[in-house]
Amino acid sequence: MVGKAQEKEKRKMKSAKKMRDIMTNYYIEAKTAGDTGKKVAWITSGGPVEPLIAMDVIPVYPENHGAMIGASKMGGELCEKAEELGYSGDICSYARSDIGCSLVDGGPIGGLPKPDMLICCNNICGTVMKWYEVQARYYDIPLFIFDTPFCHTEYALEAKKYVRKQIDEYTDFLEGICGKKFDHDRMEEVGRLSIEGQQLWQEVLDTAMNKPSPMTCFDAFFFLALIVTLRGTQETIDFYRDLLEEMRGRVADGISAIPNERYRLLWDNLPIWYRIKWLSEKFASHDACLVADTYTSAWCGSLKYMDENNFLDSMAEGYTRIYLNIGVDEMIKIVLEMVDKYDVDGFVMHSNRSCKPYSLGQYDIQKAVQREKGIPSLIIESHMVDERSFSESQTETRIDAFMEMIRQKK
Amino acid sequence: MITAGVDIGSITAKAAIIVDGEVKGTRVDFTGYNAEQAGRRVLDGLIGELGINAESIERVVSTGYGRNSVKFADKAITEIICHGTGAHFLNPQVRSIIDVGGQDSKAMVVDSEGRVRDFAMNDKCAAGTGRFLEVMARALEVELNDFGAKSLKSDKPSKISSICTVFAESEVISLISKGEKREDIIAGIHDSVASRISALAKRIGVGEPLMMTGGVAKNMGVVKALEKKLKMSIEVLETAQVNGAIGAAVMAARL
Repeated sequence: MVGKAQEKEKRKMKSAKKMRDIMTNYYIEAKTAGDTGKKVAWITSGGPVEPLIAMDVIPVYPENHGAMIGASKMGGELCEKAEELGYSGDICSYARSDIGCSLVDGGPIGGLPKPDMLICCNNICGTVMKWYEVQARYYDIPLFIFDTPFCHTEYALEAKKYVRKQIDEYTDFLEGICGKKFDHDRMEEVGRLSIEGQQLWQEVLDTAMNKPSPMTCFDAFFFLALIVTLRGTQETIDFYRDLLEEMRGRVADGISAIPNERYRLLWDNLPIWYRIKWLSEKFASHDACLVADTYTSAWCGSLKYMDENNFLDSMAEGYTRIYLNIGVDEMIKIVLEMVDKYDVDGFVMHSNRSCKPYSLGQYDIQKAVQREKGIPSLIIESHMVDERSFSESQTETRIDAFMEMIRQKK
Repeated sequence: MITAGVDIGSITAKAAIIVDGEVKGTRVDFTGYNAEQAGRRVLDGLIGELGINAESIERVVSTGYGRNSVKFADKAITEIICHGTGAHFLNPQVRSIIDVGGQDSKAMVVDSEGRVRDFAMNDKCAAGTGRFLEVMARALEVELNDFGAKSLKSDKPSKISSICTVFAESEVISLISKGEKREDIIAGIHDSVASRISALAKRIGVGEPLMMTGGVAKNMGVVKALEKKLKMSIEVLETAQVNGAIGAAVMAARL
């Protein structure tokens, strides 16, 4: 028994506590913003947060909160509240649980701080527009919609002009609400920090190329919180620098994420937040490590468009060309690259009824991966936060059969 | 070598015993409440029937939804692998298998060694499963075993548009009140089951030689409707319902 406990202790990530502390402080600061006179903006996960940081506004992410609600297994109950109001069970479970939570101040942290404004960027989906309109009416506060045209293959000149113009409208909007001039020097600095943070996050994820991998995608789902909520700050950079060092240390010391990595897998779509532990243990019991995923890499996937010397212009392109705002053929290219980069033996796709833009096209992506790379794939159906939609025994049979298939093949 | 396979499904428990590469016997029981007991019962029943010594069974593999409850098994293997193995054991030419049981339907593609290359399962919905047919049989007051023969008499299958078991049941009741013939309604039900299953099967590219297994394969109405939908001929063996248990016994010999 002692051996087992030691073994577990060895594998534990030291940075986890530090991150929990940072996130706790962040939420305390956000929830006490009324006392400190700071403004709070709710913003979508793929929204351009850097101008908010530059204006000293505290960004709060209902989607990050949704992940916490899901991980606390409180999603079903809050979704029910929204359904009582008439929202359909087919709507995104982040949206439903957030709308439900606003009514009762429920969830693991007793609800989010009341926002002074809402920033909605539709690069991740169309649902956010209706969701944020609902909340703008509920809290009776201004809403800024940052509209990013879909990029099937390229970023057209018309799109470029259209999106760039909105950045000026965005900064005007912030000036109006904050009652102060937009500080372009500060913006440049925040832009630099944002890019550096994204680069470090990419480097952290890249450590999973090692065999065995020092981390799983389940770890990435956890450590993702900072690059989502606090990108553009020094704190984020410091944290990821330490995390990167820890991961490299694990590689050097031969500490693997799971005890016996025999199979390497790639995950697609958002996590099933209320089943992270179950899923990670289930796959580990088959000696399978989910080394990478298409989700957490979305917060560094636009680096190729970013230019720290021309941040606002490049930001317009970077935010428009994120993974969920491009055509399926473009997504396939990214997935195929990841299959090679992380050298995986199988592909696990979460068909997430909550996230339509992420789940539409999955069967085409699956076919392309099977055709081009010849590796088996698995589809798991669920809602990311609504635990009422998950069927354990069905999922278990699929995972077991998928792993038996990989084992027979290898 | 003597090995056994135990397949605990949502409705029935099946057992098979293989002696030196030959199926010696099979048995089907209802699963009931306790999956472990059902496994013990069906295997003991088969042992008694065959008059062999329980001690002589070298290894047991369990499969099906209750596979992890069968504590006396040496290993639990999913029904996907077991149906693939069973079908290949009984006919090595088979390249695709459609298995429809009580609570799910699945399609598998296997290679020349019987290894599963790809599979697809129904989503969280009872449409296209044995349970769906059970509910419909109750609504129509027809014995499920008579479903196949009755539907083959139909010349004008009714249209069942709903894919939800509950809604389809009320649709069937309204068809009855409209005076549609029973055999036409049953044929319509079989068409609706077949269209669900064929969508699943086409997704992974099933091809001939194609075998159907599982309890629903006993229903010739579903098999015929499926053949029409897929435009393929389907092989159904006497052992269709116990194919998973046979596959499990084959896997047990390979452990």
